[in-house]
Amino acid sequence: MPADAAPDTAPRTITASLTGWGRTAPTTARVIRPRTYREAVAAVRDCGARGGIARGLGRAYGDAAQNAGGAVFDMTGLDRVHAIDVAGGTVLCDAGVSLRRLMEVLLPLGWFVPVTPGTRHVTVGGAIGADIHGKNHHVAGAFARHVPSLELLTADGGIHTVGQGTPLFDATAGGMGLTGVILTATLRLRPVETSWMLVDTERADDLDDLMARLTAADHRHRYSVAWIDLLARGAATGRAVLTRGDHAPLDALGEGTRARRDPLGVRPTTRLPPAPDLVPDGLLSRRTVGLFNELWFRRAPRARTGRLQRLSAFFHPLDGVPHWNRIYGRGGFVQYQFVVGHGQEETLRRIVRRVAARRCPSFLAVLKRFGDADPGRLSFPVPGWTPALDIPVGLPGLAAFLDELDEEVAAAGGRVHLAKDSRLRPDLLAAMYPRLADFRALRAELDPRGVFTSDLSRRLGL
Amino acid sequence: MKDAFGLPQSLLVLGGTSEIALAAARRLIVRRTRAVWLAGRPSPALEEAADGLRARGAEVHTVAFDALDPESHETVLGKVFAEGDIDMVLLAFGILGNQAHDEREPVSAVRVARTNYTGAVSAGLVSARALQAQGHGSLVVLSSVAAERPRRANFIYASSKAGLDTFAQGLGDALHGTGVHVMVVRPGFVRSKMTTGLEQAPLATTPEAVATAIELGLRRRSETVWVPGTLRLVTTALRHLPRAVFRRLPV
Repeated sequence: MPADAAPDTAPRTITASLTGWGRTAPTTARVIRPRTYREAVAAVRDCGARGGIARGLGRAYGDAAQNAGGAVFDMTGLDRVHAIDVAGGTVLCDAGVSLRRLMEVLLPLGWFVPVTPGTRHVTVGGAIGADIHGKNHHVAGAFARHVPSLELLTADGGIHTVGQGTPLFDATAGGMGLTGVILTATLRLRPVETSWMLVDTERADDLDDLMARLTAADHRHRYSVAWIDLLARGAATGRAVLTRGDHAPLDALGEGTRARRDPLGVRPTTRLPPAPDLVPDGLLSRRTVGLFNELWFRRAPRARTGRLQRLSAFFHPLDGVPHWNRIYGRGGFVQYQFVVGHGQEETLRRIVRRVAARRCPSFLAVLKRFGDADPGRLSFPVPGWTPALDIPVGLPGLAAFLDELDEEVAAAGGRVHLAKDSRLRPDLLAAMYPRLADFRALRAELDPRGVFTSDLSRRLGL
Repeated sequence: MKDAFGLPQSLLVLGGTSEIALAAARRLIVRRTRAVWLAGRPSPALEEAADGLRARGAEVHTVAFDALDPESHETVLGKVFAEGDIDMVLLAFGILGNQAHDEREPVSAVRVARTNYTGAVSAGLVSARALQAQGHGSLVVLSSVAAERPRRANFIYASSKAGLDTFAQGLGDALHGTGVHVMVVRPGFVRSKMTTGLEQAPLATTPEAVATAIELGLRRRSETVWVPGTLRLVTTALRHLPRAVFRRLPV
């Protein structure tokens, strides 16, 4: 029931039912869309007894940007790019700016965002709040490492400049929005000569082959990721297509080609029609996904190097299908991403075998190798292996199965990703995030009344 | 909070000694439920039920609640909701009555109606308002297949469940879009203490089967759940039978 009776001066407020990208567990909140910092301060001050939480473009899979019965600050109205230092390679922008917009603005100037996840539809604020990682984590770390400073609106209504390396910064990076609302951020950028990628593709016959290949050559490429066929069984368990790339230098573009004439051009993205709103729940069955996986695997070259690919095709292939999350049907899906450290390869093998044996119809399953851990108190990455897979919620017995996997992950000293979680058992959290007590202490001091609250924080007791 | 599978972390049972409700609570405790409020008339049975759930690892509180005293519902339930979010309310109180006796004693018949219907209207509305303020939660209402078509042998009970069922459906529509999910559960003949001594109907089920169906319904965010599922078809067929024919059926 919409309640849009606010006076002209107040930010736009609607009552809406919200979910994360996985479309599970909807809850209802007052969504307030501030257009100025002053409106943002007022929104935080007046958010009421059930608190508030910032939300960007809603790409977190679970309930991190929902707040049942309270306020949700839609930050996409604050989306100005304030200043670009073209010589030094930094940008100062509002937290509501999307990575897509930044790429469009920065690429023609020869700069690229330092870290991008599998979609460009995320805001800078969300990228810091979830301390997102990309295919370059093994060399570049997570997003917040490239943020020298940010401005944070805290529970008392004050705005603070927070520099990298301070306790408040480390609680905010990966802090899931629970330390405050990020208003602006400065980003250090990556210089590029072209808007093209040089991509190597190879096939791995099984999981061990894949892990050996990732270990041997990851450091030679800036970006690296493997797609795994989790429906393959027996000797082929864990077979994969490994894709690695680097920004193409200018001379990689052929003389006289169109690409060479406009090396930093940003092509308007081709978009397929959006996935329909109502998809039958059984569309992603073992049979259809198995067929897709077989084709996908066979289609990939056994080994191919130096292929030129557009940035968007390399980083964000799924962005070409708007609302692709709908294909999982009405019930939605969960993304299960965890990390286990080096030396815990046996745990990884066991879990991959279990998932393969269970025949989860997951056509999006990837494996990456993380580099050094990030300083954020609740940042996800630790050096090791991180698989991520999408599974439809309706799979029988899935809740119990994932609980069992959680226990294996926790026992191996690993953790699940909070920006993707929608179902973790709360009592496993402290084991997975050893700096949780630190985070809670800082939060209790900074926000004793718990103004910043989300469904995620209520569910897990963050 | 509920999780991606709709599983609640906190549960309020109205009718805390109901076998179906306790089977559901046991099942949910195995999954995510950690806090349970059992509301019912204070009795050794209620305490025993609480102990049974505590033994399974949940933190259990008992609450003195009387379906026949609607004036008290606001206060009693208000206190529970003031303690923290309730992710799921299971409205499970109800009495079967004794049809033959109740037909002769209208006051006893009214007691069935007041418990099953009037009490549920008040407790349901109080819970719904609290859940709406939370912006989330499930209200699961135990109706009955009897609500769909009364039989000669149980029409007093059936009429009370029909009232409850209609009320819950309407409430579900009223709460659509508020984050609150109302689910009407229509079991067939359930083998439990309520039906001890009665002749078992076809497609009889158990409290455990109802609990399983409730968990599945939560995951699917269903609005209506039949237990067993085949009852949906059977009842649809029976509902469309002419009364002259239905009257002669041996049901």
